[in-house]
Amino acid sequence: MSGFRLPAILAGPFHPPTTKDFVWPCWGPSLKVGGITFCYNFVFFVLTIAFVATILFFVFALRNPKVVPGKLQLLAESGIDFVRQQIVMQMMGPDGLPFMAFLCTLFFFIFFGNILEIVPFVGFPLNSRIAFPMVMAVTAWVVYNTVGIMRHGFIGYMKLVMLPPGVPIFLMPFLALIEFVSTILVRPLTLSVRLFANMVAGHFLLAVFFLGSIVLFSGTPYVLGAVSFVMGTVLIGFEIFVSGLQAFIFAVLTASYIGGAMAAEH
Amino acid sequence: MVGFLGLLWGVIAATAGTPIGKGLVYGLAAIGPGIGIGILMGKSVEAMARQPEAAGLVRGTMFIGIGLIEALALFGFVLSFIIS
Repeated sequence: MSGFRLPAILAGPFHPPTTKDFVWPCWGPSLKVGGITFCYNFVFFVLTIAFVATILFFVFALRNPKVVPGKLQLLAESGIDFVRQQIVMQMMGPDGLPFMAFLCTLFFFIFFGNILEIVPFVGFPLNSRIAFPMVMAVTAWVVYNTVGIMRHGFIGYMKLVMLPPGVPIFLMPFLALIEFVSTILVRPLTLSVRLFANMVAGHFLLAVFFLGSIVLFSGTPYVLGAVSFVMGTVLIGFEIFVSGLQAFIFAVLTASYIGGAMAAEH
Repeated sequence: MVGFLGLLWGVIAATAGTPIGKGLVYGLAAIGPGIGIGILMGKSVEAMARQPEAAGLVRGTMFIGIGLIEALALFGFVLSFIIS
């Protein structure tokens, strides 16, 4: 929370964080196109940071690769190897290596976007605005459906999705409907909302405990402020873990869906 | 049976939109994932104790399971803030 709001918070009662805390005003001129306002604001600034960080991290790490790597190159290579071994090879096998670039980009962009929640002067996770997880989930949806349609043809892919083998005939219509809804309609939704909800919940928790510690420090039992502050600090550690975990889970599930679409016919 | 459903409907209608209603949304949403993650962790600890060589594999799958299940609890958490 920026400094100029501090006196107002100390003076009044505790205002719990709401969904309004995720909406930021425009920083400059805005462009109105048919009811939608385009402008540069804090969220766009955080997006710029995450985007530039992802690109510059790899540019600087892999610019002059040496056989005995320096620290940044080691970090980048460990990250890429992690994606390769734990995500691609586990979920898709060697057939999945063409998707390494896509999955690495997803993993690192989501990770940098999430970690901005705990970076000192930013404190806002990029993926707590539903647009970013939604776009990434829709991209993953396009990728796994395209892979399935290209490999099996449209009818073959629909048969693969809706009719798993070994199902008795009388169950087929219900199962086909459920499988279709689950694979084609629900997957991008859960993929995006999982990431979104994790980041929003983390931001709420951090906001509650740190705003609460500010208010409690100006009340009578001084020690309660310290308790709230310690809890907030513990939650920062937890949020680091959740940031990495959610990036990993998004990438792993995308890899699993692509692998499922590439599956050989039974 | 009908009485139970009527009671449920009464509770939902009475608490809709109030702070208690919001708390109820999250509270009810957290039951299932709590039980689910409990079962998941129990089974994975048991698996890691039975075969320590497989601990890495089990741990990786455990994290995927945690992510999937916790999403459901967090849907409820976020929904309770969004509903007015």
